Amino acid sequence: MGNTLFDKIWDAHVVSSKEGFPDILYIDTHFIHEVTSPQAFDGLRKRGLPVLRPKQTVATADHNVPTWDQHLPIKEELSRYQVDMLTKNCAEFGVELYGLGHPYQGIVHVIGPELGITRPGGTYVCGDSHTSTHGAFGAIAFGIGTSQVEQVMATQCLLQSRPKRMKIEVNGKLQKGVGAKDIILYIISKTTAAGGTGYAVEYAGDTIRSLSMEGRMTICNMSIEMGARCGLIAPDDTTIEYVKGREFAPKGEEWDKAVAYWKTLYSDDDAQFDSVLSFNAEDIEPMITYGTNPGMGIGVTQHVPVTADVDPTEQKSYANSLAYMGVHDDESLIGKPIDYVFIGSCTNSRIEDLREVAAFVKGKHKADNVTVWVVPGSKQVQEQAIAEGLDKVFESAGFPLREPGCSACLGMNEDKIPAGKYCVSTSNRNFEGRQGPNSRTILASPLTAAAAAVTGKITDIRELLSEGELVG
Amino acid sequence: MSTKIFKHIQSTAVPLPIENIDTDQIIPARFLKATTREGFGNNLFRDWRFDENDNPKKDFVLNNPTYSGKVLVAGKNFGCGSSREHAAWALSDYGFDAVVSSFFADIFKGNALNNGLLPVQVSDDFLAKIFDELYSDKDAQIEIDLEQQVIRISNTGDEEAFEINPYKKACLINGYDDIDYILSNKALVEEFEAKQ
Ligand code: SF4
Repeated sequence: MGNTLFDKIWDAHVVSSKEGFPDILYIDTHFIHEVTSPQAFDGLRKRGLPVLRPKQTVATADHNVPTWDQHLPIKEELSRYQVDMLTKNCAEFGVELYGLGHPYQGIVHVIGPELGITRPGGTYVCGDSHTSTHGAFGAIAFGIGTSQVEQVMATQCLLQSRPKRMKIEVNGKLQKGVGAKDIILYIISKTTAAGGTGYAVEYAGDTIRSLSMEGRMTICNMSIEMGARCGLIAPDDTTIEYVKGREFAPKGEEWDKAVAYWKTLYSDDDAQFDSVLSFNAEDIEPMITYGTNPGMGIGVTQHVPVTADVDPTEQKSYANSLAYMGVHDDESLIGKPIDYVFIGSCTNSRIEDLREVAAFVKGKHKADNVTVWVVPGSKQVQEQAIAEGLDKVFESAGFPLREPGCSACLGMNEDKIPAGKYCVSTSNRNFEGRQGPNSRTILASPLTAAAAAVTGKITDIRELLSEGELVG
Repeated sequence: MSTKIFKHIQSTAVPLPIENIDTDQIIPARFLKATTREGFGNNLFRDWRFDENDNPKKDFVLNNPTYSGKVLVAGKNFGCGSSREHAAWALSDYGFDAVVSSFFADIFKGNALNNGLLPVQVSDDFLAKIFDELYSDKDAQIEIDLEQQVIRISNTGDEEAFEINPYKKACLINGYDDIDYILSNKALVEEFEAKQ
């Protein structure tokens, strides 16, 4: 029987496998950031242990950095303290830090790929659940808790039991105005927010193959939102082209050897999956969420599902969720006024996302009732955007290009959505209070978010594109 | 560094019959800025527990003097969302030793087990029985026998077996943790690296 892509990579990283015990899995690179690392460093100190492989550990400050005036000291005291703490800890334990102001600084899941640290066949972990992003390269990558951060620091390994494997296929041609974000929101709306629990999900099919690396990262990024341990996509020419020539990518002979290996990384034809789901790309509309978990998504022209139709055991939570969002049974959200638009986060803050938004808003202006934040995923993305003049496009549309960080993805830094306000957000989570206490998040693609920025309300991007726009 | 040793829990319990409680509710992101593991219990379920002016919300169960105990009983899919381990710390810092639900999110379950908080997964039926019992007798005791892997409602004698990874069970009962275990295998790690 053939092997799945996931098993090939897993098997190549097993240090020890013992009946009744989780495997000891070797970790190629450990990404750390200011929020989930301090307790881990503290734990090492208490145990009297070093970081075992500091060269395989990469640090950046992203979660609670401001995205404006980054050259000034961080205003918020606790945030500043955590960022300073990271600097101190990295110096003490010999870990390379891409801190504020460093040309490589950015959201951890954006910088790993863009620096060529993330590669096919590797194992990557980070104390952030969206580490699944890196799986887009055909790698095993997942989020871990702080105790596990400490574990990987101390041992460069992680105890893990092998998850089940699921294959999700998407085939067919996407409609105009529909992109990777819509695909994954659609998939999660079908699987529900718990449907992938216990699985490693491989995305396959010709629609997935046709996506750029940025699009694939968007898909894998949200694997965790259906509860999956991780998501991955077999590497192909698109992957290899993307990695080639990047700062830390292998070079010369090493490169040729690496590529030869990467070409063996795919699920064999007769590989067995524990579960297989198939979707049709033509069925996917631009997606929005209406509730307080990412599984609560609908096509933009659809109506909010009626509470009475929901599983009886979940009706109460469902009704609470709608009440929190200020939406009601059977409502169509098209035309609903919104207050904020956030374009950013490790889901959609790469250069391709910014290009797509810029191409759409060029020559247009944001609606008066809307505040728009465009936050690049990294310093490199920011520089690239400026080099291409995208900052000018955004500025004439009425909003500035900000500085890199997690920003309004998680209501932890200065960028918070006020209570009761609606934010159309390209991030990955719409939980209660995620973007600030009592904020209301509507998850969407960068294009749908850009459309909302321009019209001031929930809009079907396809209608704007059919007026002759060339985006999509 | 070993975690606390535990074999048997017997306690009153706090009912929280809400599904899909995500880690952002358990501990909102704005409280994640501490750099040690202690003190998160004060902000457990912060936005459900307190209003904007930090006054306790009367209708939330943790503010209801009727219920207390070392066991939290919650609706299906507990701990979904963000991987933050602070959720497990907050629950344990608040004083819970176990959470009972009919389903746990994957990462939360791992985090709980790594931090001496026992996630006990029961059937939907058994969960309903516990809620019923707690609502008819606030002093109802829940017993969790880790060695036997059985959870019991003392009043009624209803019981159900639960699953736990044998490795994690050994860790909890003996008070050792993952790092202790991997470091005891360090030679294998070095051997693996040498082959790369
Ligand atoms: S952008 Fe959001 S999801 Fe991504 S790493 Fe930052 S906080 Fe986590």
